[in-house]
This record gives sequence, C-alpha cells and structure tokens, in this order.
Amino acid sequence: MSGAPPTVRRPRPPRQPMPHQTAAARVTNFCEVALGLTPELAQAEAERCLLCRKPLCVEGCPVGIDIPGFIARMVKGDFEGAARTLREATDLPAVCGRVCPQETQCEKVCVVGRKGEPVAIGRLERFVGDWARTESSAPPPSLPMTRPERVAIVGSGPAGIAAAGELLRRGYRVTIFEALHEPGGVLMYGIPEFRLPKEIVRHEIQQLRRLGAEIRTNALVGQTVTVEELLGEGFGAVFLGTGAGLPILLGVPGEHLNGVYSANEFLIRINLMKAHDFPRHHTPVFVGRRVVVVGGGNTAMDAARVARRLGPEKVCVVYRRSRAEMPARAEEIAHGLEEGIEFFLLTAPVKLLDRGDGWVRGMECVRMELGEPDASGRRRPHPIAGSHFVLDAETVIVALGNNPNRIVPETAAGLDVTPRGTIEVDVDGATTKLGVFAGGDNVTGGATVILAMGAGKRAAAAMDEYLRGQRDGRAVAKATRVGIEEN
Amino acid sequence: MHRIIFKESLAPGVTRYRVHAPDVARRRKPGQFVLLRLREEGERFPLTIVDSDSEEGSITLIVQEVGVSSALMARLNPGDAILDLLGPLGRPTKIRRHGDCVCVGGGIGVAPLYPIAAALTAAGNRVTGILGAREQRLLILEEEMRRVCADLHIATDDGSSGTRGLVSDLLRDRLRQGERYAFAAVIGPVPMMKAVCAVTKEAGIPTIVSLNPIMVDGTGMCGGCRVSVGGETRFACVDGPEFDGHRVDFDRLALRLKGYHHLRECALQALEPREAKAPQ
Repeated sequence: MSGAPPTVRRPRPPRQPMPHQTAAARVTNFCEVALGLTPELAQAEAERCLLCRKPLCVEGCPVGIDIPGFIARMVKGDFEGAARTLREATDLPAVCGRVCPQETQCEKVCVVGRKGEPVAIGRLERFVGDWARTESSAPPPSLPMTRPERVAIVGSGPAGIAAAGELLRRGYRVTIFEALHEPGGVLMYGIPEFRLPKEIVRHEIQQLRRLGAEIRTNALVGQTVTVEELLGEGFGAVFLGTGAGLPILLGVPGEHLNGVYSANEFLIRINLMKAHDFPRHHTPVFVGRRVVVVGGGNTAMDAARVARRLGPEKVCVVYRRSRAEMPARAEEIAHGLEEGIEFFLLTAPVKLLDRGDGWVRGMECVRMELGEPDASGRRRPHPIAGSHFVLDAETVIVALGNNPNRIVPETAAGLDVTPRGTIEVDVDGATTKLGVFAGGDNVTGGATVILAMGAGKRAAAAMDEYLRGQRDGRAVAKATRVGIEEN
Repeated sequence: MHRIIFKESLAPGVTRYRVHAPDVARRRKPGQFVLLRLREEGERFPLTIVDSDSEEGSITLIVQEVGVSSALMARLNPGDAILDLLGPLGRPTKIRRHGDCVCVGGGIGVAPLYPIAAALTAAGNRVTGILGAREQRLLILEEEMRRVCADLHIATDDGSSGTRGLVSDLLRDRLRQGERYAFAAVIGPVPMMKAVCAVTKEAGIPTIVSLNPIMVDGTGMCGGCRVSVGGETRFACVDGPEFDGHRVDFDRLALRLKGYHHLRECALQALEPREAKAPQ
C-alpha cells in the first residue's frame, strides 16, 4: 500500500468572471451587456476543462459540437484551430455562444459542474466565434459545388442558416429566400442588439454568401413565389425554415387600444427598423412612462429590457405562474432584475383600460394561485376571487408566443399540418410533400435558436440523402413532437 | 432594383407611378398590395397595386402625401429606384359573377377600387361606379373608372362635380329610386366606408371593404395591422386586406390609424431641409 504516491489534487480554479457593463450604464444604451472574455481569461477558463474522453457535453449540444476538441486547441492558444473545429458543426458560434441556454444543455452535464461551476462552454464558444470574426486571417474555406442540384431554403433565420451551411458543405448550390428586406430572421428582428449585436449576424450572413449561397430578400414564399414553383423551377429540394408566425394576443377586452403591441411588433420596430432612433429612422414606436410586459419567456425579457432602455419610469413584467415556471433563461431574468424591472408573478391580465381616446391607460389584473400540473407539466394557474387590481400603463407589450403562419401550407398542396397548425414532419424533417423538408419553430412552435439550427442541420442531411436517391422524399413515419409552450 | 418608369400628378398631393416589378406584375391579382421601403432609415409601408402591365413588367401605384414616407415617395422621379419592394401581398378579391354590382370609392380610395371594378366588369358583371371627393380637383381616376363601369356617378362635398353631398347619400338615393345591387365594394376614408356600409347593410347588399391599417412586416408577424371583424381579431396583411364591410369595427380602426399622428410633424421636420421642401 505504500508504493503509490499520494495523489495531489489541485483545487480547480473557479469560473472566470465575464466582464459586464454595469446595470446603471447599460440601461442608457443598446450596447452589449456581456463584454466578452479577454484572451487571457478565455485561456484560463479553457484550462478548467477536463477534456473528458467520453464527453457528456457533446451529447448535450443540439448540433453536436466537438466541445473538448475546440477547448483543447484553446488551451494551446490555437484559436484558429478552435474556430475550425467549431465551424465543422455550427455556422453561428458567435451567435450561439451568446444566446444558447447552455445551462440546460452542454453546461448542465459538464463533469466539472458536479463540484462547483461547470466550464463556461458558451462563453468560450463566443470568444472563439468573435476571435474568428475579428482576428482570424484564415480565408473562408472554398467549397466546391460538387452536386448538380440546386436547393431552396425558405427563411434566413437559424434553421435556414444551418440548413444552408450544411448543404453548401455537401456541395449543393443554395438559394435562400427571405421575406424581409434584411436576412437573419429572428436574429435580426427579434433578439435585441444588447444581447446579440447585429454586426455579428450580418457577418455570419456574409460568410454564407462567401461560401456560395445566393440570398433573395423581399421574397415571401407562398405569395411572391410558391413551393410548387420552386420545385418546378429546378430546385431539387426545398427546406422550410419559416419560423414562428403570427403573434398570440391577449384575448381580453382592449387589445386593439393604441399603445398595445405584440412583442414581435415592438421588437421589429426597434431591432429591425431602429424606431429608438426616431425621427432619424422613420419608423416610430411609443413608450409611455409606465410599461407592462405580459409573459415569462425570453421574448418577454427582451421586450422588457428593450423598453427599459427607452427611458420609462417603470417597466413591469406580468406572468401568470411563479418564477419556477418561467421559461426565460435565469441569466436574462437576473439581468432584468438588475436593470430595475419589476415582476408581478402569479398575476394575469383581465382587461386593458381605455384612457377615453383609444389609448391604453392601464391593465386590470387578477392574482393567481397554482393548482394541478397541466399538459406542459407546469402547475396550472387559477384566479383568486376578489384579488383584482390595476397596473397603470401607457404601453403594454404582449409576449405570449406565436401561432403558425399559414401562408406556406395554404399554398403548397400536400403539405400536411398538425392540429396546432405546425408543419408535420418525420424525425429527419421530411414533410408529407415530396422533396420538401422543414425544421425550426414552424415545426416545434416557439423554441430556441440552437434547436432550430439542429433541425436545419438534420433536415439538410436528409435532403442530401434524398437527392442522392438514398431515402424517401417525404415523411416516412410521423415524429413524436414535443411542443414548447411560451406562456 | 425597382426603377420608376413613369410619374404623373393626378391631383394636388396625389401622384401616379409605374414601377418596374415584372415578377409582381405577372402574379398580382385585384385587391393585392405591395410593401415598400425607400431608403435605409425608411419605414415599410403598404400600397395597393392599382394596375399592372406584364408586357412592360410594371405595376401602377398611386400615392397621396400624408406622412414622411409618402413625402419621400413624391420626391422620386422616373429613373430613380425603390430600395425594397415586396409583393404581391394579401388575399386577392374574390371576383364572382353577381349581376349588378356597385363600387363606391372616396378620395384616394378610388385607387384600390379601380382594379376591383375592372375585374368585376371583366367577369361579366354590370358595375355602377360611385366616386366621391371633397372637391372636383381632388377626384382621381374618373376617366379610368368610366371605362370599366356601366355607369358612373359622382358626389363632391362642394358640388364642384356631380351632386353635392356624400357618396353614402348618393347611394341611398339610388336605392330609393329602385336600383338593386347584388354586391358592393367600398373603399375610402374610414368614416365614408362606415357610412356606406350602413346603407348597404340596411339594403341587404353583401359588401366588401379594403382596409389599410398601419403595417410593419406585412407577412403576419407583427400583428400591428389587427382589425376587429365580427368581434374577432384579424390581421389585414394575411387575412385581408378585404373584409366583410358589415362586420368591421370602423371606430376602432379609425383610432388605430391615428396611433402615430402626433409624431408625423416631428418626422417631417427631421427630413433634410432640401427634401422637406414642398413637391413640384
């Protein structure tokens, strides 16, 4: 027993801190809240990784990034190599490093996290993505067009970008159709600048163009061109990554009042149309002295924090369940609290009150209590009799998720939808229509950037197999779908 | 790039354009619209497609100067390009054979009404046109409407053309005189549509209206263009722009259309001085 030397266990260093703008500073600007790790901090954080031989984190990643692989290169200071490793699995490292819910994915299963905090995989991914964008001198890989077929990607959001990248890597000629004037989908119109600078999205889109993708903006498939026409015009396969669709409104009296926005409208006005810069930018937005946001997801947090930056006295979030059921990331809720946003939990809107001239003046609310779990597994809220009260508000923003957009299914014969209106697909993303595949929020309902990317990537692989004659061009068996409810 | 091919003034502050947009020209049907953005810092705003010429590859748009985007549009000339143009959007008018139809247009509303009247006539209907404006010089597309209508009647507030009064009164008089219509299309300012729809409802004439609420994306995503129809919330961009005129809540629509009026002057004043000058 005396032969073996005693093992000396160095205590694992704590997680390196992420530099942030202070809450007082950031509510006065739209600049990024988390400033990013320095190369020194990033390398120190990378050294915390155990480089597990059977890494659980990779299984936790919806796009299967070789996490120990890229971190090992960071430890050696080979950021270029780390970037290459990331690019093998993801087209959007700088985006996912910022907006992925790592705490429920890769970092949740990180072995280091069993004692203390897990390796900050997301922050490392962000660092490498940013480094590749700003410091790398490596030219983008040139991808030979080895396949004769052209493929059409409908929607330039996360699902479409991932599908396009994967199909380009597999040698196809890719054309992306985007309805808005600027590509990027939810990354452009939805996620605010302080969480995801638009410069990064534009850079990633530019990368796709350099790899050979053609992007047609102002092209709304279903209206300006139909799926049938795309298939008839020589596209061998079509991927539908059309996103979430039509906003769900409150469904209470007063939702037509001025000053009442869907989160989609509020965020599009600001993120895409730059309404916070009115009148230099021509799109207006109205933010009164008191703002109430309804909902508990990431979109609600985004809307509340955007509103906060437009100078109102008070921003409240109203959510009908408790903090435990809130779908928003813990970090986003924490940032909101630091920025002075008030939360009215277990509270639901009853009606919106008219100032007398068609403008909203407040929201009548009722207190809720939680009962038995519902279909989503979360405890169902019930109103408490006699607990009504009024929250003053000149601006109300409704962030309760979206219903599917019907434009594509209505104009594509044979494309089946579920009773909820989402597109019917098999496990690989094949729809019931020959040659048409789908993935992202139009299949799952409102979910995350990374899940949409994973779906896009999977569908791209299936499209490749189909075009090579190795699989059916339509759904073989229906997948079991897990819907994600936003409210 | 969508270049302006042709431009002419129709009335004070009202301009007609033909814009190169071959894909839109080929596909568009009566009742549909396009969404434009004129410059990087500009708004997205909808305009009804008045006409198209697939040989020339052009669409016809008519714009009335009311705010900053229409003011900028008025400064564009043949050869200039429109930065972004998306369309055709919205559901086309359901053109059926009804028999006797009446098309009632007020002010700039005659522009979106014209393609519907033309299509109804082409489908074998007998179309009566009723046009209204505050005064004669603000009346647009009179000749074009005369060509596609079996008969045309005009009402102006001051009597400078046609009868003096409102189109709703003119229609009511004709109904009293025994005219019968199986279908009505009504487009114009909200109070005018409300008044005319009250007349057609009383007479039991199925009526469509085309609504122009404030829009941002035009694809169903923002819900800014929501209108209340028969107590239900509908989105004009994807469910409309045409709805059953007897079920639309016009009062709510009027209030929503005023949502940003208080900012209009501010936006106009912020235009560069050279551009803020009056047109012509």
